[in-house]
Amino acid sequence: MAARTEDGVARGGPIARCIVYGILMLAAAYFLLPLYVMLTTSFKTLPQIANGSLLSLPSPFSVSAWGDAWSSACTGGDCNGLHHYFWNSVAFTAPAVALSTAFGALNGYVLTKWRFKGSELIFGLLLVGTFVPFQMFLLPMARVLGIIGLDNSVAGLTLVHTVYGIAFTTLFCRNYYVAIPDELVKAARIDGASFISTFRHVILPISTPILMVCVIWQFTQIWNDFLFGVVFTSGDAHPITVALNNLVNTSSTGVKRYNVDMAGAIITALPTLLVYIVAGRYFMRGLTAGAVKG
Amino acid sequence: MSDTTPPAGPPTRGMPVRRWLDRWLPKIALVPSGVALLVFVYGFIGWTIWLSMTTSSLLPNNTFAGLRQYEVLFQLDVWWVSVINLAIFGVLYVALCLAIGLFLAILLDQKIRAEGWLRTIYLYPLALSLVVTGVVWKWLLNPGLGLEHFVQSLGWTGFSFDWLVNPDMAIYAVVIAAVWQAAGFVTALFLAGLRGIDTSIIKAAQIDGASLPRVYLSIIIPSLRPVFFSAIILLVSLAIKSFDLVIALTGGGPGYSTWVPAIFMYDFGFNRGQIGLGAAAATLMMAAVALAMLPMLIAELKERRDGRKN
Repeated sequence: MAARTEDGVARGGPIARCIVYGILMLAAAYFLLPLYVMLTTSFKTLPQIANGSLLSLPSPFSVSAWGDAWSSACTGGDCNGLHHYFWNSVAFTAPAVALSTAFGALNGYVLTKWRFKGSELIFGLLLVGTFVPFQMFLLPMARVLGIIGLDNSVAGLTLVHTVYGIAFTTLFCRNYYVAIPDELVKAARIDGASFISTFRHVILPISTPILMVCVIWQFTQIWNDFLFGVVFTSGDAHPITVALNNLVNTSSTGVKRYNVDMAGAIITALPTLLVYIVAGRYFMRGLTAGAVKG
Repeated sequence: MSDTTPPAGPPTRGMPVRRWLDRWLPKIALVPSGVALLVFVYGFIGWTIWLSMTTSSLLPNNTFAGLRQYEVLFQLDVWWVSVINLAIFGVLYVALCLAIGLFLAILLDQKIRAEGWLRTIYLYPLALSLVVTGVVWKWLLNPGLGLEHFVQSLGWTGFSFDWLVNPDMAIYAVVIAAVWQAAGFVTALFLAGLRGIDTSIIKAAQIDGASLPRVYLSIIIPSLRPVFFSAIILLVSLAIKSFDLVIALTGGGPGYSTWVPAIFMYDFGFNRGQIGLGAAAATLMMAAVALAMLPMLIAELKERRDGRKN
């Protein structure tokens, strides 16, 4: 992105600048409001929520809703909180992210540096595949998972997320490797490096940025998935997103405990939010790589 | 295998085994992904289309029924409710995201001091699960204790904001939450586009006496065409697939009032044992995405052809 060295189009007097800053701050408040309300509500007690203001700070400050959301709130069938489902999500997200990223890097390497007749066709098919709504895959996949005995399991979700993640990781890596000069690979091959050693010693050492993009993109996609989780699992094997929805929308008995709902929502959001805060720059790069240029 | 050691020694290209490996290993490496692509993407597309043309109900079967499932589908009120909801939701979602995104991007492009911070704040909702977004907005929009109650407590006691529980308005509540989630992303896309514009043309126009709004309307915004294009494609395909947010925010209700095709597909295909109808709904969703993609594909191909000419 060519940064402008001069004052872009900016002009205008101090009043105009104040208005611009005012609007931007207002927009920031709009984007932050739900996060603020989510956090403050999670630390309030129920009487405080019922009698206080939506925007007030919690006083007294109570963490009991967090404990309930983690270990005792009802999520449809059972009342053991979200902790079990949190670890479910970790259990399929970690391997699915690693596998889909590894395959993406390998595919991108072959599709750019070892082209063969038909490799462009494979890439084209892959690209088109990224746009197909997942709804097209649900009925057959449910059948196949049933036949191979992986329905309603963390292993099944790992398989599903890996398979449908490869298209995106391959796209990212292919677009990154295409910009690496072919001479680099040719030189290594003349020196006697094989297919695998060229990958290990020439390509992998310069791949860190794109691998970060893949990992972050896949992590947010897979952790946040709801559709595959709700269709392919039930009860004990649910991912955290499905459990959160059950916690909020199926608990029928008694008073609505908004503080527990909000604590549960933050617990669900925390991993991806942390990744965004720590590695936001790669997050944006992954999004634009997927969106702006195929 | 000598693969693990860095390249060293005399060239070994002549070795037959090595040549054989170099020729076939790349293809072998693509086999797992290629098979997955053929089976789990294209095979499943074919399978779902086939299911939509059978009499499958509780269990899939292979009794050919032509387009009967589609005929049944088109006679269901709840399907049309879903389609109309998607149209309302999709148009508003895309239009609002584009408007807010472009507006904020233009403001952010005025040499703003805290730009990095603001961009981070605008974009973070996209890192959240749509289920989380739905849960939070369900709390904010609930008439009893949420924003309605808050505004009333400020003194405007007649204030009413009950969209979430009002069947005629609930789909607009979904729009509010969905726009909140994606507007920052569109802002970032437009900002990247603005930064890529050649400033010399703008300078020249300003020297010629063009006013700032005029510069934006006749030079800057038209040159953002490609960004509009990719943002629209992306937002339309997101809208067609929207499922999680509606489930978490309204559960499709009140009644059927916020059903969308993705909910229809899930409910008929998995809860009601109407696999044929579910498959037909999924197939139509794919057709809709393909229709939305078509203009982009054509433009892309044209661009490529023109690029080759130059």
